[in-house]
Amino acid sequence: MNAPVLSRRLFLAASTAAGGGLMLAFNLEGEARAAGPAALSAYLKVSPDGKATIASKIPEVGQGMRTALPMIIAEELDVAWEDVIVEQALADTKVYGRQVAGGSMATTLEWDGMRRVGAAGRWMLIQAAAAKLNVPAAELTTEPGRVVHAASGRRLSYGDLAQAAAAIAPPDPKTLVLKDPKAFRIIGKSHVQTDTDAILTGKPLFGIDVRLPGMVYATFLKAPTFAAKVASADLAAAKAVKGVRDAFVVEGGTALDGLLPGVAVVADSWWAARRGRNALDATWAEHPTSAQSTASLAARAAEFAKAGAQRVARADGDVAAALKGAAKVVSASYDYPFIAHAPLEPQNCTARVKDGKVEIWAPTQNPEPGRALVAKTLNVPPENVTIHLIRCGGGFGRRLINDYMVEAAFIASKVDAPVQLIWTREDDIQHDFYRPGGWHNFTAGLDAKGDLVAWRDHFVSFGEGETFVRSGGMNSTQFPAGAVANYQHEVSVMPLGIPTGPLRAPGNNAFGFVIQSFTDEVALAAKTDPVEFRRKLLGEPRLIGPEGQNDSFHTGRMRGVLDLVAEKSGWGRKLAKGRGLGVACHFSHLGYVAVVMEVSVAKGEAKVHKVWVAADVGRQIINPTGADHQVQGSILDAIGSTLRQKITFENGAAVESNFGDFPLLRMSETPPIEVHYLLSDNRPTGLGEPVLPPAPAALCNAIFAATGKRIRSLPVGDQLA
Amino acid sequence: MAYTLTVNGSPHTVDTEPGTPLLWVLRDLLDLVGTKYGCGVAQCGACTVHLDGVPVRACVTPVSRVGAKAVTTIEGIAANPVGARVQEAWKSLDVPQCGYCQAGQIMSATALLAATPKPTDAQIDEAMDGNLCRCATYPRIRKAIKSASGQAEA
Ligand code: FES
Ligand code: FES
Repeated sequence: MNAPVLSRRLFLAASTAAGGGLMLAFNLEGEARAAGPAALSAYLKVSPDGKATIASKIPEVGQGMRTALPMIIAEELDVAWEDVIVEQALADTKVYGRQVAGGSMATTLEWDGMRRVGAAGRWMLIQAAAAKLNVPAAELTTEPGRVVHAASGRRLSYGDLAQAAAAIAPPDPKTLVLKDPKAFRIIGKSHVQTDTDAILTGKPLFGIDVRLPGMVYATFLKAPTFAAKVASADLAAAKAVKGVRDAFVVEGGTALDGLLPGVAVVADSWWAARRGRNALDATWAEHPTSAQSTASLAARAAEFAKAGAQRVARADGDVAAALKGAAKVVSASYDYPFIAHAPLEPQNCTARVKDGKVEIWAPTQNPEPGRALVAKTLNVPPENVTIHLIRCGGGFGRRLINDYMVEAAFIASKVDAPVQLIWTREDDIQHDFYRPGGWHNFTAGLDAKGDLVAWRDHFVSFGEGETFVRSGGMNSTQFPAGAVANYQHEVSVMPLGIPTGPLRAPGNNAFGFVIQSFTDEVALAAKTDPVEFRRKLLGEPRLIGPEGQNDSFHTGRMRGVLDLVAEKSGWGRKLAKGRGLGVACHFSHLGYVAVVMEVSVAKGEAKVHKVWVAADVGRQIINPTGADHQVQGSILDAIGSTLRQKITFENGAAVESNFGDFPLLRMSETPPIEVHYLLSDNRPTGLGEPVLPPAPAALCNAIFAATGKRIRSLPVGDQLA
Repeated sequence: MAYTLTVNGSPHTVDTEPGTPLLWVLRDLLDLVGTKYGCGVAQCGACTVHLDGVPVRACVTPVSRVGAKAVTTIEGIAANPVGARVQEAWKSLDVPQCGYCQAGQIMSATALLAATPKPTDAQIDEAMDGNLCRCATYPRIRKAIKSASGQAEA
């Protein structure tokens, strides 16, 4: 192995691949230093047959990273996409650095490093060619899969050079010259997802498709009230069911994201396990949260609204004085419900525990915390836990939490066979880490000219003291923070015994709704067109917040997408009676997105006829087909949840249980969506999340334009009846 | 009970309870895992297979009711020229996101096109409304159905 070259971020090591050719291992965060180069696994391999194998380190949940990241490497390496083979990397953050499908961060974090990896491979192949042809490297260029010596017309294929390149020390990544984006052949062109063929032909790909020799199937029944203990279960009845191998009580703990109490049933087939579970007739112990209900939480929130906030999180200027002096004051209270993620593949995980070693096949968005949880629960060292990253049938943030992983591992530790745990859909909807509900009590003041002079948001959420429950917090930098002289962000929290967690654009998926809906109300009070009012509020192009900080907000970039969406949607045009256009714009996950929807309401139902989206996620869309997928998917996700989704709680337990009472959007409700990217001179950033937050408000503002009915509480449900 | 099923043209004998849903017979006993579990109660369409060409939800179809009907799953749909065309259209439009629902979508779309070679939007809605896609790939599903039926996208 050649001497590793280290830069601040990128670590490269070259060696000969098994079977010959160049193996270029790398690490983006330099953490491999401690582990040593031997700990690096293959990332980029160029084989003697000219094929480039690229290991994709990010879990795949349908966001397309198994395609987009390898495209970046392939571009700079300069190989034909047809010659690229993508392999899934194991979960090992010591080797790979961050391995999370979440936060829309992969594109922005990996962009530069992935380019340099590809460029390093290309550089080494060029050096090998220079030696072979005995010409200076500077005289050589590449075309896909070949090094070219233009002066003599000689060409050498990468395959023929791969072995020699393995003996060359990798370059210092910082010194590499990257391609001029104008010369991109792969980036910026649509490439069908890596796994599309396998998906379309029904090949085993997903967590529930994993098959191991001697594997058995398990189901795990938990209390409807979160973390309640098992009072009784008829284990004998379950074991009497044909095919059932074992049934046992799991003591479990109290941490909502750990191993909870329940009853495991293990069988030769999942259906037998399921029948065994039905025979359990389990009862549950009383639990301190079993009095909790949607109504009791709402009642507490109403008390906060009346009594005033527990604390002030941010205060610019003097909101009270500004409101007193305002020509007009607008107040409104908004709320949104808990909702479930409901990825179409129910939670599942396969595990084998043998001789103190744990091997896991997990559809997970975030393997590392799962490893820690399994190690702790099973009392084994973390290095004895191997995690295979399996394609997820949807994530949406649900699989950032690995409760199902620890359940599978624990059950497998009690059984002398590999175990595949599969949750029922009911388990999935009733034991989610829900997007928490929340309440916002807004007051805004306008001066005589109709300009915004004061903004107050009293946010009521869950937590204790200054700590919020997971994904229940709110940043104090939400626009119009920094754009209005008097701004106050107030917070109250109440305790909660319901698991919560990140759902696509966490926090922002709700803040976009409340802020952009209330902004519409304020525009109306100012007698100003909603787009015009937003333009005024954005003002001069400038950065609000410090340079380089993720929540710093550029008013000019938002203005750009707002103008673009207004133009494309024909904002201001006359519509038939009963139809309306609604606009909203929101910044999150480094992306600036504006949305217009055209909506009609008839017979108490809102129908979206068309959606226009303008998004600024920097200078480069890597894989347009994947990007459009994320944009359209986010919009439709938002329409579905805004119109109908909610999880209600009674007796400390979720009421909804399957797609009948937790409906997903359907084909017939899907409007055409026009997508426009505003390419700006900023680094490329992710698209899996930022498009969702403005959509609910665009929809509800359009409902208002069509009917005069302001939606201040989600879901829309039967409020239009 | 022993049941002999014809799946994708070949006979298979399985020994199971009469009430076992065809879905779990396919997945756990025959190792045909392309057919997916999404809800178990005929609400999502992920488990759609054909019985004699008719789309059914395998999660609520007891094995005892299959009888002599030919079972076709995603693994066998390419043998049907309409199915192959549907797969081709799905690929060229890069329909899947996570992909989990797509076997069911393809089975429903193939049955639709076999019965209605040039479906209208309303017919597409009707045939496909029972197939949920959490990633919401519906715009491309519609496009792919039109393309497979030789109709230009409106
Ligand atoms: S699993 Fe059969 S319809 Fe959902
Ligand atoms: S592609 Fe993910 S559920 Fe349809």
